[in-house]
Amino acid sequence: MTTHTLDPNKWIDKYADYLFNYTIARINDRDLAQDFVQETFFAGLKSMENFKGKASERTWLVSILKRKIIDQYRKNNSKKGQAKVKINFNDDAENEGDWLEQRVADPFDKTAEDTLENEELGSAIYECLDKLPEKQAEVFKMKTILGCDTEQICNELNITASNLWVIIHRARTSMASCLESNWF
Amino acid sequence: MKKSFLFISCEEAKHICDKAQYNEATGWERVKLGIRLSWCKVTRAYSNRNNRLTKTVNDANVSYMKHNEKDQLKTAFEKQLLSKD
Repeated sequence: MTTHTLDPNKWIDKYADYLFNYTIARINDRDLAQDFVQETFFAGLKSMENFKGKASERTWLVSILKRKIIDQYRKNNSKKGQAKVKINFNDDAENEGDWLEQRVADPFDKTAEDTLENEELGSAIYECLDKLPEKQAEVFKMKTILGCDTEQICNELNITASNLWVIIHRARTSMASCLESNWF
Repeated sequence: MKKSFLFISCEEAKHICDKAQYNEATGWERVKLGIRLSWCKVTRAYSNRNNRLTKTVNDANVSYMKHNEKDQLKTAFEKQLLSKD
């Protein structure tokens, strides 16, 4: 069995995005997610001597993050008992959904299977992105996932527009092949 | 009318197809791509694969940290790393 080692100098570049996505899928709060990722790295740094090398660095960091998210759930739930339930009925006759039944979330809208599948798909995308050369991964992330403008990416990465499209083309071809073997 | 006015190479078609994934292809480019797609199997296969990739990434709804968010995190973490050393 291979023994894994820790290299905190590379944590941010290698795992920050993965951990951030993992958190946001569970708590849906960007600021809080950022805090959690930071706390996870700090906690990881403090407890480095407890790392036995059986799991990969990423798995180990995710396990720390999971505990933090569970603590947050507990904290939220402990407040729930004290919360007041406020439901405002629509006075406006033009609005649909006056009845309480119509205002309840549709249970078929998103199932647990959908969430699980999205998470697995997210992991597959991260794994494929990890295999790309650094620049391709960066440009693909900025353009496809963050939805940045071509001009903005060119300015930030100091590349020309035609250069960007060549990088995008290569990244998309590699991503498609990778996802075809890992996901489709 | 020149042939090249309407007919584009496979490479150009792929380039337009990539741009179209981000809604950055012009109307005229889309017309040229459409013509190429009607008869070129290679372009069609590339286009299908490309559309599938876009749909998959959109469905996954993955989030990334913005550059400034990551920079903030890096600064804070580097401080912590130095204090540990």
